[in-house]
Amino acid sequence: MADKKKRIAIIASKGTLDMAYPPLILATTAVAMDMEAAIFFTFYGLNIIKKSTMSSLKVPPIANPAMPVPMPNIIGALPGMTAMATMMMKSWMGKAKVATIPQLIESAIESGVKLWPCQMTMDVMGIKFEDFIDGVAKPVGAATFLDFAAEADITLFV
Amino acid sequence: MDIKSDMVLDCKGLSCPLPVLKTKKAIGELKAGQVLEMIATDPGSKNDMEAWANRTGNPIVGTKEEGGTYTFFIKKS
Repeated sequence: MADKKKRIAIIASKGTLDMAYPPLILATTAVAMDMEAAIFFTFYGLNIIKKSTMSSLKVPPIANPAMPVPMPNIIGALPGMTAMATMMMKSWMGKAKVATIPQLIESAIESGVKLWPCQMTMDVMGIKFEDFIDGVAKPVGAATFLDFAAEADITLFV
Repeated sequence: MDIKSDMVLDCKGLSCPLPVLKTKKAIGELKAGQVLEMIATDPGSKNDMEAWANRTGNPIVGTKEEGGTYTFFIKKS
C-alpha cells in the first residue's frame, strides 16, 4: 500500500436527486477503500445536507431528454410532473435496493468523509449552519477546498 | 472450495456501493488473519470486490459463484 493515503475531492453543486448520488457514493466508497474523501457542497448542492430537504430531493423532468419515459418539455412543465418523475425514480431505486440519500449521508459521516458546506453560498441562500444535519463540518471557503484538492489524486465536479 | 470463515456477511439484494461499505465495516470487526465470507447478488461486486481488495490490501482468498450468487472469502491483513 502507498505510504500516503489516496485522496478524492468532490464538488457537489446540484440539488437534484440524481445529482446527489454520485458524490455520496464515490466518497463513501473511497473511504471504504482506505482513501481520504471530502465533498464541498455549494449552491443547490447544499440541499443534500440540509435537514429540511435531504429526504425530499427531486428528479427534474424539464430539459431532461433521458427520462425513461420520453417527455416533451411542455408536458414536463405541467404541475405534478416533477413529483411524478421523482416518485418513479424512487420506486425503481427501492426495487433495486439502492441506499437512500439520508442513508448514504449517515454512512459518509460515520466513516469520516469531510462534508464541507460553502460559506459564501450559505450566505447568499440564507442557510444557517443549524439547518444542516449533525456531523457536517464547519463551513469553509474556496481556499480550504483547494488546499485539500491540491493534494488530491482524484477531483470531480458534480 | 472449503474455506472456514469467522464471520458471514449477507449482502444479497443490495446494490453498489452497499456491499463494499458493509464489507469494509465487517472487516474492521475482525482480527488480522480472520476470514470474512461475503455473499452478494450484485453482478458488479465481482470487479468491485477485487478493486477493493487490491486497494485495501485485504486479499480475497477464495470465491464461489452459483446461480447469480457471488461469495467472497476475504482475509483481514
